Amino acid sequence: MFVRTFNRVQPGMLFRGGIDRLVSDLLDGANGSCGQCTFPPVNVWEDEQRIFIEAEVPGMKLDDLDLTVNGDEVTIKGERKQDETDGVSYHRQERGVGTFSRVVHLPTAVDVEKVAANLNAGVLTITLPKAQEVLPRKIKVNE
Amino acid sequence: MATDIIDKPAATDVATTEHTRTGPMYRPDVDIIERPDELTVLADMPGVSADEIDINFENGVLTIHGKVEARQSDGSFLRQEYGVGDFHRTFNVSKAIDGTAISAEYADGVLTLHLPKVEAVKPHKIAVKAS
Repeated sequence: MFVRTFNRVQPGMLFRGGIDRLVSDLLDGANGSCGQCTFPPVNVWEDEQRIFIEAEVPGMKLDDLDLTVNGDEVTIKGERKQDETDGVSYHRQERGVGTFSRVVHLPTAVDVEKVAANLNAGVLTITLPKAQEVLPRKIKVNE
Repeated sequence: MATDIIDKPAATDVATTEHTRTGPMYRPDVDIIERPDELTVLADMPGVSADEIDINFENGVLTIHGKVEARQSDGSFLRQEYGVGDFHRTFNVSKAIDGTAISAEYADGVLTLHLPKVEAVKPHKIAVKAS
């Protein structure tokens, strides 16, 4: 039995929308973390060639996570299990447990074949190289 | 048995502690679990390396601090739901804990602290003699 369960798939996960970002900024508050409302919290950033998704998933191993890239959607699924509860009493329980699933919509097409994921000390980093056709290209001007 | 392990109010923490490092500081989420012989504290501190964690126990106050190196430096953010910075939290620990025997381990972004109880408060089975 789970004492607390993470929210499942979040609606309006599109980060293209300014409103969504505004709302998430309001929710985040001064602390910068969303606490129990969304798990895992994600940061998404890009440079010219790649998009990076980073998520804080402390206590999880790569085997506990199920990552899928489908078109312009990346899904992070998993379950964080609770330690044994028999014969112990919880004085404080702030760390969420249960199953979670988050969908991140990507702003551009990516090269699905070259997506790489890395998990280190509870930080998951997904690197998604942008598709060839969306990479910036210098246009030569003929004289 | 009620073992007292309470967070210091944030305001007190700010007033009494000065940090030498600048930058954002985050309060890790913790679970505090009481077992017959110890209290276990689990703290979510992702992105810390084990040798960058300081644990101090002084005058009944337990302080944990995890140093996090800056990452995500280059590029522009499309979505930012959390900040990257050090983790810091203090706890008042009751006298029922043996401060000299506290131990800790860190794995997969979770710090586990073992706070053993002093002998006097551990449960003892009392044998009844048949007369």
